[in-house]
Amino acid sequence: MLRSLTAGCLALATLGTPALADAVTTYHLKNGLDIVVIEDHRAPVVTQMVWYRIGAADEPPGHSGIAHFLEHLMFQGTATMKAGEFSATVEQNGGNDNAFTTSDYTAYFQRIAADRLELVMKMEADRMRNLQLTEDDVTTERQVILEERGQRTDSDPGALFTEQRSAAQYLNHPYGIPVIGWRHEMEKLSRQDALDFYKANYAPNNAILVVAGDVKPNDVLHLAEKTYGPLEPSKDIKPRSRPQEPPQLAERRLTMADERVSEPYLVRTYLAPERNAGDQKTAAALTILAELLGGNPTSSVLAKSLQFQQKKVVWSAAFYDGAAVDPTTFGLYLTPVPGVDLADAEKAMDEVLAKFLKDGPDPADFDRIKTQIRAQEIYAKDSAEGQANEYGQALAIGLTVKDVQDWPKILQEVTVDDVMKAARDVLNRDHAVTGWLVPKAKEAAQ
Amino acid sequence: MISLLRAAVALFVFALPLNAETAIQQVTSPGGIKAWLVEDHSIPFTALELRFKGGTSLDAPDKRGAVNLMTATLEEGAGAMDAQGFAAARDGLAAKIGFGSDADGVSVSAQFLTEKRDASVTLIREALVNPRFDQDAVDRVKGQVLANLRASAEDPGKIAGDLLSARSFGTHPYGSNGDGTIDSVTALTRDDVVAAWKAAIARDRIYVSAAGDITPEELGKLLDRLLADLPATGAPQPGDATFNDKGGVKLQPFPGPTSVVLFQQGGIKFTDPDYFAAVLLNEILGGGRFSARLMTEVREKRGLTYGVGTSLASYDHAQTLVGQFQASNEKVAEAIKVIQDQWAEVAKNGVTEDELDRAKTYMTGAYPLRFDGNSNIASILVGMQMMGLSPDYPRTRNDRVNAVTLDDVKRVAARLIKPDNLFFVVVGSPTNLKTTE
Repeated sequence: MLRSLTAGCLALATLGTPALADAVTTYHLKNGLDIVVIEDHRAPVVTQMVWYRIGAADEPPGHSGIAHFLEHLMFQGTATMKAGEFSATVEQNGGNDNAFTTSDYTAYFQRIAADRLELVMKMEADRMRNLQLTEDDVTTERQVILEERGQRTDSDPGALFTEQRSAAQYLNHPYGIPVIGWRHEMEKLSRQDALDFYKANYAPNNAILVVAGDVKPNDVLHLAEKTYGPLEPSKDIKPRSRPQEPPQLAERRLTMADERVSEPYLVRTYLAPERNAGDQKTAAALTILAELLGGNPTSSVLAKSLQFQQKKVVWSAAFYDGAAVDPTTFGLYLTPVPGVDLADAEKAMDEVLAKFLKDGPDPADFDRIKTQIRAQEIYAKDSAEGQANEYGQALAIGLTVKDVQDWPKILQEVTVDDVMKAARDVLNRDHAVTGWLVPKAKEAAQ
Repeated sequence: MISLLRAAVALFVFALPLNAETAIQQVTSPGGIKAWLVEDHSIPFTALELRFKGGTSLDAPDKRGAVNLMTATLEEGAGAMDAQGFAAARDGLAAKIGFGSDADGVSVSAQFLTEKRDASVTLIREALVNPRFDQDAVDRVKGQVLANLRASAEDPGKIAGDLLSARSFGTHPYGSNGDGTIDSVTALTRDDVVAAWKAAIARDRIYVSAAGDITPEELGKLLDRLLADLPATGAPQPGDATFNDKGGVKLQPFPGPTSVVLFQQGGIKFTDPDYFAAVLLNEILGGGRFSARLMTEVREKRGLTYGVGTSLASYDHAQTLVGQFQASNEKVAEAIKVIQDQWAEVAKNGVTEDELDRAKTYMTGAYPLRFDGNSNIASILVGMQMMGLSPDYPRTRNDRVNAVTLDDVKRVAARLIKPDNLFFVVVGSPTNLKTTE
């Protein structure tokens, strides 16, 4: 989608998509800009991405959605470019461009012929510090983001359910606030709100430039010095410090009913540690735990028991993505077969989890997951863009290039004991939110 | 297996391939199977794409959904392996093997490491040649398909798509959902699945491409081993569909704050001399760029939607020009009016020289960017073959785009764009919408 919002709540755990160390070069400009260059010379194409270490979880209270709204407004003009000229220029050069916002970061990218790199670097550098907004542009674009919320959230009971579950998960941390924003706050977002957020957070010392494709690292450095180098750093950039969660003392449960739902389903998310610089071992164990429990729709622990042996569910899954600034979640999902109610399916799931905590994984399953992780290192090299995402995201959440490059090895070194310790620590219902989404009988008038 | 969590499937596909720099080799196996190959040994894996022409349109009339169910059950056990055994073998090889179906074909998409190539190909061969279709596997996957169908019945996008198909194509297979209906799928038996397999998976309808770490000789031998034991022939292909081109607005009431709107009229064949003029016209009118007319008028100027776009949809047996958007219920009528006005304007006056130049620059410049790794190249190559293109098409494609003149676009706009034949289907609770049926 255009100028889109990255949701990814039920995304299955990724097994890591690392790059060969020798194809990655890093630089750091004096004004604070971090640079990552990923070489892939198979096609004359380049992707430029600029990642800002600022996301929806960094918004001022009462202004939910401002990070994403600003992302839309970044396609308006600057002192030297008129509104819409950025994308029009990229198109004129046969390229594509877009942007996305999450709780932890905001990223802008262009994909274009490799000999046009300087042009897009110049334009991206320009809008890092020189954005200009008119009241009219802001008014129309606010209608667009409200339409976006209508289309992607309010029209989708699954998306509304996710919003409610996240809000229940985080009592105090802003991860409980949706990236798109609450509608009543979005309606009040102003031009000045956007400009204040922009001026406070968009600067070279809060950004990462990733260039991937048919380029030479030295050339990229030279161009970066020319385009981004003259930009003044901001003195206002501080380390991220968000309100953190108090200890969770009681299980949280919610049931949401909607007439647009046909298949009831359950999602349970446990608060879980995230990947941290120099400390990724627990996250690696949780990544493998998610694969074991529910990564494979046929042979995972949940699928084997609930789908194949007990025939109580249509689908089951487990998901975990440790790429976050603050504590994240480990999730489980199931849809029961018709005739089995959610309480029965949930009870069966809890019994499978209890048995797993007692018996541990099948060694053959464990070995196959390790094999797949090794293979993924090879498959990942097929996409320079994928690698650009991996590095950009990691650096935007506070990991280092070394952390990215160590990740496959850390995954590979995870032992059964590591997985079981992580499972015992995390799979505790007192630290979880269990949500049921169920059908609601339609009113007679419908 | 079938998953509810799969990515939202695009409503229409416009897959015009490829990359001018790509060196396509034509390979014929010792046994006579033809394939296209882009050889690249820099990463030790191969992407392999197979297509069996026909797909869900080969369903017997009262067996709607059989090909879809069959395709989804191919990986649920083959030869000596049950579903668990097949999954364990595939994962132990770290091979990626996906089976899919649509209205024009059954697809097999595979990626395997060079060091595991032989064993991976054996596994794919077992699934295609010796699928088990165990009763419990058929029942389990059927349960997944039925769950998807029940969810689709509450999904305004799916409802709109089904209504549009039925209105446009009537009793032709294109007129109904290839996944089947709850009734038709419920009635499917294991025998129906086996019959669908015999109808859809055969050597007389196969297209093959590969990209990556494999030589032409290796690919030829691989293909004979993989495909030689398939039946020579399958079911006859369907005939061309008749398109109902009556314009109008139809409303299907559905709760919620926004409406889904699809709109469609007749399209143009790829073999038509004006095809590239039509592609440029579509790009200017309803392309995904912010400067396309519909995006400018409906989103950028009026904030009526998050996104609107059109596509020339080319299927084997029909062509349409189809578009879509979503909007808040109170904005739907205005957005439809804007689109109708744009339709009339472009039919009458064509486009400007500046718009045409910019669309050409964009289309020709963006073309090489599709070259994006082995997996994408293999997929593009097999699509080209199904469209009947020659391997040198990438070298001539941009020239054909650049050769289009302003008069060409004006002529094709007058001929193709039919404001009176534009049909809208609206699923939602729009206010002040005038309907015609």
